Amino acid sequence: MDRDTTLTAQDAIELSGAEMVIRALKDQGVEHIFGYPGGAVLPIYDALFAVEGITHVLCRHEQGATHAAEGYARSTGKPGVVLVTSGPGATNAVTGLTDALMDSIPLVVLTGQVATHLIGNDAFQECDTIGITRPCTKHNWLVKDVNDLSRVLHEAFQIATTGRPGPVVVDIPKDVQFKKGSYIGPQSVKHRTYKPKTDPDLAAIVKAIDLMANAKRPIFYTGGGIINSGPEAAKLLRELVAITGFPVTSTLMGLGAFPASDPQWLGMLGMHGTYEANLAMHDCDVMVCLGARFDDRVTGRIDAFSPNSKKIHLDIDAAQINKNVRVDVPIVADATKALKEMLHFWKTQRRKVDAPALAAWWKQIEDWRGKKSLSFKNSTTIIKPQHAIDRLYELTKGRETYITTEVGQHQMWAAQRFKFEEPNHWMTSGGLGTMGYGLPASIGVQMAHPDALVIDIAGEASVQMTMQEMSTAVQYNLPVKIFIINNEYMGMVRQWQQLLHGGRYSSSYSEALPDFVKMADAFGCVGLRASTPDELDDKIKEMIEVRRPVLFDCRVDPKENCYPMIYSGAPHNEMVLSDSEDEAVVVTEEGKMLV
Amino acid sequence: MNMQIKTPQQSHTIAILVDNEAGVLARVVGLFSGRGYNIESLTVAEVDHAKRTSRITIVTSGTPEVIEQIEAQIKRLVPVHRVVNWTIAKPGIEREMALVKVVGHGDKRSEAMRIAEIFRARIIDTGHTSFVFEITGAPQKVDNFLDLMRPLGLVDVSRTGVAAISRGPEAM
Repeated sequence: MDRDTTLTAQDAIELSGAEMVIRALKDQGVEHIFGYPGGAVLPIYDALFAVEGITHVLCRHEQGATHAAEGYARSTGKPGVVLVTSGPGATNAVTGLTDALMDSIPLVVLTGQVATHLIGNDAFQECDTIGITRPCTKHNWLVKDVNDLSRVLHEAFQIATTGRPGPVVVDIPKDVQFKKGSYIGPQSVKHRTYKPKTDPDLAAIVKAIDLMANAKRPIFYTGGGIINSGPEAAKLLRELVAITGFPVTSTLMGLGAFPASDPQWLGMLGMHGTYEANLAMHDCDVMVCLGARFDDRVTGRIDAFSPNSKKIHLDIDAAQINKNVRVDVPIVADATKALKEMLHFWKTQRRKVDAPALAAWWKQIEDWRGKKSLSFKNSTTIIKPQHAIDRLYELTKGRETYITTEVGQHQMWAAQRFKFEEPNHWMTSGGLGTMGYGLPASIGVQMAHPDALVIDIAGEASVQMTMQEMSTAVQYNLPVKIFIINNEYMGMVRQWQQLLHGGRYSSSYSEALPDFVKMADAFGCVGLRASTPDELDDKIKEMIEVRRPVLFDCRVDPKENCYPMIYSGAPHNEMVLSDSEDEAVVVTEEGKMLV
Repeated sequence: MNMQIKTPQQSHTIAILVDNEAGVLARVVGLFSGRGYNIESLTVAEVDHAKRTSRITIVTSGTPEVIEQIEAQIKRLVPVHRVVNWTIAKPGIEREMALVKVVGHGDKRSEAMRIAEIFRARIIDTGHTSFVFEITGAPQKVDNFLDLMRPLGLVDVSRTGVAAISRGPEAM
């Protein structure tokens, strides 16, 4: 591709607004875009018609397009690009934008808008896209002058992908797409105000390693920031964990940054985290938080959260420091740069850990680990959902496997049980908790990794929210595997109703489910069903082998609950390990208020 | 450490220098409403036409933790150049202007004029039964003036909100 990214204002070339969009995408190295055409973006679709080097993936709903772009972005480290029309095109994208904002996913969403002279007139398919998307984007722009368009597009990519990544929207009126103006390249765009801080304060780094060297009960608590910083950060984390010998736990978003097969790995922490991870968080004396944000799913009851620890907090976003939890050593920086400095000072200052204390700490952790908090009672007659995920993991081990999920019990079981070894292989909706994320996300992942095994671990309720995207998978020959843990309930809703609402299962049972196998047929993909433990392995193998999209209906025990669990409003050291302990647990009135 | 100690709410005056682009005020105001922060007063105008910068002055209230969070959240907004808290970071001077309409006859009318003189308020419009006063000062002074005018026939008030600047030679 011949592209001159250094075009300056002096040698700017004249293009139409629509041509500028295509040119800017090429100059930004974009190869795939996800979208849906409509009246207000027809000039851009027209300019896209003859273009080589950019593949447009026609999704079936704009929400699907945004989630596909999120999956693409998370699995590649590149921004996901979306093209949708005005009005409903833009409003349908709002869920994906909010999801990407909460989980720090770089998205560039281009929306068509009615012609500038019609804005404010309640024109057909007009909406205040900028007003609607202002709180759910990192930044957004309405481009009223075609001569601003190339600058704005390049700024959009810069803002989406640097600092704390996030979604941006560029709203382009139809007349601006037709008008001619001058195009400048990305190299000649410099933002007036946006300068994210990425270099760590070295004094803070030294303070941090001081605390770490003197720690008696340390823990690494890592998050999605390590993944967003790039594969280098995960490598450096592994080195730091190895050199210190400290235990490591991670948030939902951070899974894969540290290999789950490593003995220093304690599993995920938080509401459905492991006993050893949560107890270690509660009892530690030095907490090293790297790229996580003390989310309420992680902390449990905030005033009882890790009461006796000194806290180090590395985050690229200064607004996360002291937001939920007061910390002792804040480090505002990019994770890769900060980890490099931590390792550098640790080595050059010849730091040593307190080995006897650490050995005693590990002994304590091994005691907790002995509880086997992820264990469950298996069955020979009915498929337990945990068993299904265990078998899925065992039978896909050693392959290049990417996992996406929907939201609910299946998501937590997947996070607990599927062992991730590498970053960027786990795509899930963490912050927003968007049911319907996983199927379109898997399409985005498969588009970026055509030869990989891409599996959406789904629930039968979630998957129906964006089911239409199976058509997209079929159209583009994307052999995604939609592995539906079908318990006929909105499982997590049912679990909370059991625990908090006296077993009154209000509207959480799906009395009319589609036949997913027949549905697969209708979509032109492969339908498989496993109803007993005996047939599970063979069916999973069949799913893996077939090079076509698959809807897998895995019929599981409808009443299984997801444990361990920290109830709402409870601290880390009050975990519930199974149903049998229910009697002992009382959810406080304050706890009931929490989501 | 993590205990959410009930610390008293305190009023803070925060100045924000922003690029004067479309919707920038909505971003700042939306941040306050979206995250549940208070706005007690807000003033905005372009301050440098050539550089296209505007200055927003917001009086807000909250615990020290909330104020720290407000400042950090404002700094995340892309078109923001600088954020200064005049209540903490630097000693600032605050002024507010109000236009105050008072309607009355006889003694009340002359009393209103007498108090206006004490407050150094200017009369910028008058008829046989009404005055419009222009008063400038710290917000508390304006409050006091309004309290005194209320029994004397106060019918209408328009306040600008607080403008603030630092003492000494330094710019924001």
